[in-house]
Amino acid sequence: MKLFNEPSPLETRIISFRFGLENSASLDTYLAHDGYKALRKALEMTPDDVINEVKASNLRGRGGAGFPTGLKWSFVPRASEKPKYIVVNADESEPGTCKDRLLIQNDPHQLIEGVLLGAIAVGAKKGWIYIRGEYNYLIAIMDKAIEEAYKNGFLGKNICGTEFEFDLYTHTGAGAYECGEESALLESLEGKRGVPRIRPPFPAISGAFQAPTLLNNVETFASVPAILRMGGAAYADLGVPKSGGTRMVCMSGHVNKPGVYEVPLGFPMMKFVNEIGGGIWKGRQLKAIIPGGSSSPLLTAEECDIPMDYDSIAKAGSMLGSGGLMVMDETTDMVKLALRIMRFYQHESCGWCIPCREGTTWLKKMLQRVTDGHGQTRDIDLIGDLAQNMLGRTFCPLGDAAAMPTIAIVKKYRNEFEAYVAKNPFAASELVSIS
Amino acid sequence: MTFSPELEAKFADLVTHYPEGRQRAALIPMLMFGQDEIGSVTQEMMDEFGKRLGLSTMQVDEVVGYYSMLHKKPMGKFHVQVCTNVACMLRGGAELYDHACHKLGLGHKQVSADGRISLEEVECMGACSWAPAIQVNYDFHHEVSTDQLDTILEGLQ
Repeated sequence: MKLFNEPSPLETRIISFRFGLENSASLDTYLAHDGYKALRKALEMTPDDVINEVKASNLRGRGGAGFPTGLKWSFVPRASEKPKYIVVNADESEPGTCKDRLLIQNDPHQLIEGVLLGAIAVGAKKGWIYIRGEYNYLIAIMDKAIEEAYKNGFLGKNICGTEFEFDLYTHTGAGAYECGEESALLESLEGKRGVPRIRPPFPAISGAFQAPTLLNNVETFASVPAILRMGGAAYADLGVPKSGGTRMVCMSGHVNKPGVYEVPLGFPMMKFVNEIGGGIWKGRQLKAIIPGGSSSPLLTAEECDIPMDYDSIAKAGSMLGSGGLMVMDETTDMVKLALRIMRFYQHESCGWCIPCREGTTWLKKMLQRVTDGHGQTRDIDLIGDLAQNMLGRTFCPLGDAAAMPTIAIVKKYRNEFEAYVAKNPFAASELVSIS
Repeated sequence: MTFSPELEAKFADLVTHYPEGRQRAALIPMLMFGQDEIGSVTQEMMDEFGKRLGLSTMQVDEVVGYYSMLHKKPMGKFHVQVCTNVACMLRGGAELYDHACHKLGLGHKQVSADGRISLEEVECMGACSWAPAIQVNYDFHHEVSTDQLDTILEGLQ
């Protein structure tokens, strides 16, 4: 399978090491390179031992929230009258993020194996991979891998000659960012509008079809086979305390060598941009970085000299999120950036919670007004206030996702908003209508 | 309403993927695959799927209205989708979209008079590290320059 970018020698390739091998998506290639070894190992372990290994790895969810994976797995009740399910979130939609696509395209069996390990850990017999509609070609790749796995005794009944059984299916989305949020994804999986559910109960107790469900991101599941093979402690040691292992970071924007690269948690952000990414393009200076998808608050150039792990980025006031790292050079217009981000969230708000539906709509209108040169100073304050008032007032994180980057941009680049306002000849007039 | 034998077989298999009594779960994949074959989500299709899955047409309709990839109005034979979200914007996605508008004489979600091409400005499609990106139907094109866009558009016959 063709790779979209050359790997870098500075990477630590734990879950991407099969990328670039001939027929890397095939079962033969997978088996020739440690494939399904972790499964055979786990079939001789107790479910608790599997969960403990994942806990020891310090693996944290790779979809955005960064919740400890082993802990999440332990929340699924042991005994359940209802069947238990696994759902893989492959609705990769956070702007800046394009890693799950590569994991499925280049190594679908690794994902299947990760799902099987989750199934052993929680006692599930059926699962779905929810793939965003735009990734139509991945459904064909995934279906082919699933078919190969069935034919060779890695899915279906009597897996590897044991009593263990598991059925796995792909399920297509139809274009909705909101369905990347776990409870909205479950609604969508059930054939409904992707509107979030009120929690509790969490999916571990009542998820897909109101049954206990283990739901994780593609990269999270894909990391588990390596954890079982090398041992949780060894995997944890690759990263930093509380953030174990490696993760796929998607570098985009104004760099010389954009691409998806696998690095250990705690890898220095500036080294990542300058050495793996080849530095800022066109010989320009760095202005800011969005570290984890467009919902993570941006960091100014001065704030970027930090390690890339969950806690270090949180300390700097942002999030590692989905690993979508977007780099901006000195020419970037921050007002236009704020508008483009808000246009996205306004388009994608599911409309259920008023602070999000109305908040994103009014923020978009005000940002558009400032960008068009009709803004006033009070608009800048109002944008900040409105975003602040959305925080924590919606059922799902989309409201926060829209508010957080806006607050950061207005706070850190207020001068640019003021420069736009200064272009409005009527800015000082109280008589200007608010269109 | 019937679909091709291949698609009917796919539908028959699809409904077995979900727990007994929860066949509604097949609705969104059925709408996507049905649209791929027919060209749009028609009233007849919504009635048919409602009947097959035990839903009212209204219940199907509210789902169709929610998802951005489901179209009640037919798009062109070649549906050109240009991403202008942040990662693509930083590498010229907005200019690429403007170029496509001028070249095709079409705006957002407009279809050419002969039904051959339609255009849509889309949100992030997961090609951020290889921006700016476009999709023609389901085919990705990465790191597209305006010249390359011209070549791609001219090749859509």
